[in-house]
Amino acid sequence: MSVDRRLVLTGLLTLPVTARAQGFAGLGTGARGYAMPRPGPFDFPADHGPHPEFRIEWWYVTANLRDAAGRDCGVQWTLFRSALAPPGAGPEGPWAAQQAWMGHAAVTTPEVHLSAERLARGGTGQAGASVQPFGAWIDDWRLTGPTPDRVEMVARGDAFSYALTLAADGPVVPQGEGGYSVKSAAGQASRYYSQPFYRAEGQLRLGDAAVQQVSGTAWLDREWSSQPLAEDQSGWDWFSLNFDSGEKLMAFRLRGEGAPFVSATWIAADGTPTPYGGTALRIAPLREAAVAGRQVPVAWSLALPEKGVDIRVEAVNDAAWMTTAVAYWEGPMRISGSHGGRGYLEMTGYD
Amino acid sequence: MNRAALMALVSHWRRRPLQLLTLVLGLATATALWSGVQAINAEARDSYDAAAQTVAGAGAARLVARGGQGITREDFAVLRRAGWPVTPVIEGRIDTPAGPMRVTGIDPFTLGPGMLGGAESSEATEIAYDPAFLTPPGLILAAPETARALEGGTGEGTASSDATPDKVLREAEGPERAELPPVRAVAGLAPGTLVVDLSVAARLLGNAAPTALILTGPVPDLEDHADDDRGAIGGPIGGRNGEPVGGPGGDTLADLAPGLRLQTPQGNADISRLTDSFHLNLTAFGLLAFAVGLFIVRGAVGLAFEQRRGVFRTLRALGLPLRRLLVLLLAELLILAVFAGLLGVALGWLLASALLPDVAATLRGLYGAEVAGTLTLSPAWWLSGLGVAVAGTLLAAGASLWQVARLPVLAPAQPRAWAMAGVRGAWLQAAGALALLVLALGLGLWGRGLVAGFAMLGALMLGAALCLPLILRGALRLGARGARGPVAQWFWADTGQQVPGLSLALMALLLALAANIGVGTMVASFRLTFTGWLDQRLAAELYVSSTDPAEAGAMRDWLAPRTRAILPIVSTGVTLGGRPGELYGVADDATYRDNWPILTGLSDLWDQVAAGQGVVINEQLSRAQELAPGDTLPVAGEDWQVAGVYSDYGNPLPQVLMGMDAFATRYPDITPARFGLRLPPGDAPALADALRDRYGSGVEIVDQRALKAESLRIFERTFTVTGALNVLTLSVAGFAILTSLLTLAGMRLPQLAPVWALGLTRRRLAMLELGRAVMLAALTALAALPLGLALAYVLLAVINVEAFGWRLPMHLFPLDWLRLFALACLAGAVASLWPARRIATLPPGELLKVFASER
Repeated sequence: MSVDRRLVLTGLLTLPVTARAQGFAGLGTGARGYAMPRPGPFDFPADHGPHPEFRIEWWYVTANLRDAAGRDCGVQWTLFRSALAPPGAGPEGPWAAQQAWMGHAAVTTPEVHLSAERLARGGTGQAGASVQPFGAWIDDWRLTGPTPDRVEMVARGDAFSYALTLAADGPVVPQGEGGYSVKSAAGQASRYYSQPFYRAEGQLRLGDAAVQQVSGTAWLDREWSSQPLAEDQSGWDWFSLNFDSGEKLMAFRLRGEGAPFVSATWIAADGTPTPYGGTALRIAPLREAAVAGRQVPVAWSLALPEKGVDIRVEAVNDAAWMTTAVAYWEGPMRISGSHGGRGYLEMTGYD
Repeated sequence: MNRAALMALVSHWRRRPLQLLTLVLGLATATALWSGVQAINAEARDSYDAAAQTVAGAGAARLVARGGQGITREDFAVLRRAGWPVTPVIEGRIDTPAGPMRVTGIDPFTLGPGMLGGAESSEATEIAYDPAFLTPPGLILAAPETARALEGGTGEGTASSDATPDKVLREAEGPERAELPPVRAVAGLAPGTLVVDLSVAARLLGNAAPTALILTGPVPDLEDHADDDRGAIGGPIGGRNGEPVGGPGGDTLADLAPGLRLQTPQGNADISRLTDSFHLNLTAFGLLAFAVGLFIVRGAVGLAFEQRRGVFRTLRALGLPLRRLLVLLLAELLILAVFAGLLGVALGWLLASALLPDVAATLRGLYGAEVAGTLTLSPAWWLSGLGVAVAGTLLAAGASLWQVARLPVLAPAQPRAWAMAGVRGAWLQAAGALALLVLALGLGLWGRGLVAGFAMLGALMLGAALCLPLILRGALRLGARGARGPVAQWFWADTGQQVPGLSLALMALLLALAANIGVGTMVASFRLTFTGWLDQRLAAELYVSSTDPAEAGAMRDWLAPRTRAILPIVSTGVTLGGRPGELYGVADDATYRDNWPILTGLSDLWDQVAAGQGVVINEQLSRAQELAPGDTLPVAGEDWQVAGVYSDYGNPLPQVLMGMDAFATRYPDITPARFGLRLPPGDAPALADALRDRYGSGVEIVDQRALKAESLRIFERTFTVTGALNVLTLSVAGFAILTSLLTLAGMRLPQLAPVWALGLTRRRLAMLELGRAVMLAALTALAALPLGLALAYVLLAVINVEAFGWRLPMHLFPLDWLRLFALACLAGAVASLWPARRIATLPPGELLKVFASER
């Protein structure tokens, strides 16, 4: 990739939420013409499907797995949707690009991290999402099932492939205030819910090695919005943590010029969410590693005193760098301290 | 000291401006011819690269719709979701203010890496991800000169009426011109092509559907199943990593998209390979012209050094160290070289600009290769031109510098010494010539490959050139033996005396003449063979093809009573000897038996083909696989007997002909859509009109005569450039003779004065001078004839076979030789006209001075 394109794409990353979905879509155009997220209950099952009236949206699955020998590994499956023009204002014709789709997939073991990317123009059926039966796909990568409670997750890259079955053991969990997740002090927000209770089972293949049977847990994030974040926000650190106790924690820290904007949701073992904002959660990097020519924090301390949480979260593989058009760090984590467990971390904006 | 010495050295040039002019012009011409040819080649190669790397480049396998249906979004989505790496393209032509242009609609999302403008142009890829490219009104990406032409609205070379044999392109109908999106110039794109988003292309071409789905990645077993609809092209996943888990797998193209068929790269798959012969030709000429130019430089430099022997000696005697003298001489040469080099590069640019449109037209007509009509020159090109000039100067001056380095300070300065090359030198030269000729012979006998072929050519030419003085001296000695009377005897002896001084110029003439004969013979042989071959290959009076198989059947029924014979033409891609090739099914018809250009074959070869017992193969395949009639060749999994070999000029691919019945049994799904029609030649136009009335644009009709005429027209144009370079080289050689004669003239006064004193008039002397030049040129031309024929033989039988896999029979054209002989004599006469005139008008006082100042 040339310097120019990297510059453009890095520019996109300064608008965190949108950038996550917009490798190439028109940015800096604000949200005019798109629907705005509002607080309120979700409309299931319709909300499991796409929301074309919003500008950006994603289906984001991470899975913490173990192979037969008990070694940690993780996989990622992501589909981003990004509108190129507001509904009704876009180009016409059978091949007109109203939407752009972008798929990212990765496999991480303690030794290797492999990632792949797929792109698609909307409207052709090459990529898309549906409610009934539930599905999200791009090319031959898919996240499909009768309902979101039971889905097949398939993806492959040049040197890896996986096929997992995800079965939900608990309810979907709204993030933020009833699924209205505020992203900055200025009030930018998105609609955001998760399905953190997947049991995952299936097959994984790396390079020419034999197929491995793997099993573990998986976590689906669904989020859609139209608003870019505050202009000074340059990146984020986003945690999804599964504790051995069955409880879970979602936490993100949006870095800007001032103090980072922190938000978290404590999820009880039965799925009851408790949102936290402001200062309830303390997040601090502990160790940095050189990855892809930059320093990235790969070990963190998290503390949520209200729930007695004081943990160290450390990468399974420091080099979990996604070499996609929009490059970022995404990899499985191990948790130690007051709670044990595993999770995933996504970090952007470390340049 | 330096300054004074330099002034002393340089003053020579001031006193002899003509010599300076010779040196500079010689060097500049050499550089110009060389760098001009390089510029043309570089420009053409860039254009091929750009074309090959364009999305719809001819090198990629593609899926196309059967019959007349278009490719749908569903086809595309189904294939992508089954893991097929395909990207849709819409190709067409539109009228623009700058003439008709090729439009390529792309899908940046699924485009393979480096497919747009090649690896170097990530610029194009970046722009393609720009929302401005994807959303209305869109953005046109075009090569810089094409963008300029579009914006200027005029004069793009593409706007020609050449029938580009690109069947994929379809003409956009309708008089109204679609509104064009803004244009952005992007380096690295193919000239004459407008790259736009798929949606924009669909709009510009009137709601067009994709013309093809291009495969951007490997599909296993592709080669074995080319165009094979029944074949199981499995889900393309798998490959080197083994079967991935969870892949859909197992689906064939027929399962996924029954309306599509796979098309492997066809015909003009690799334009650069095809056009290699053309560029080889140009390069050889450039090199030759440069060599001829160097002979001039060598002559001029050598003369200047000889004439300055006195100056050198004096400077050395005055205390100038040898090293300093050499450095100063070197500096002088470098200054001259840089100056002449700059001039030469500029001239080369002019030359290339003048020739390029012709070259572009030729390449487009011949191979459908788009070459930009204007030059874009890199600094590297300028520098290399200069470097060649400097290196050439040093090469030419090396011997002279060496002589200066060994110059005895006290030896008398004798300019005449230079004119009388020592006997020892002559023998050395003969030995060198012999060594080179032996080397050429060895390379010819045992050499393999193109490089060896060229090395052989070089050794042959150089060796022959070195032989020339010996041959001339021998000829003159023969002439002297037959001479009667003192004037005749003096004439022969004096001519012999001058050979060393003229030999460099005559060598240049020899090379130019030999190249003329050699290349001329090759071109004419090629032309003769090509014409005959066209007559054989294009035996049918009309060729029609239908876009719709169903219609083809009906058309066949309709044609049956109106023609003497209908020859269906069916073909499919197959792997032949490990390379992609073509398999044709041919009907059992007298047309083939009587006309097909068979080189060798079994006596009953057409019976064998008709009975499905044997196949005939083209010469390329025969040579590559060393197959002769009677041998066995595996075709599509079966072993076939090779019944015959036919010539197939201009085709880089291996090709096999099989009987129609055998073909139909093996490929039942391929129904003929193209036919050759036999009928009385006079009826062809009427039938063509009737076909057009009945089937409209759904049928493509090619008149054999028009096709032949077009092929020949293209052929002629191919060699206009060769012809132009030929004339240039000959002119340079003529110039070399002129300058040699001029410089000799001054030195020869002491030899002419006594003859004049004995009673020969100046006019008579001038006539003798003229006659001498013509005679030397004529002798050189005679010597050039066998060399030229040897050159032609090497080009046809060695270089051609190595480069393209076919051998052309050599034909001889004595009339051309006669013409060239006359031309050579004319060049000698013209070159000596001026020096001769000077002798005729020399003031007698000048001649008297010779005796007055005799030591």
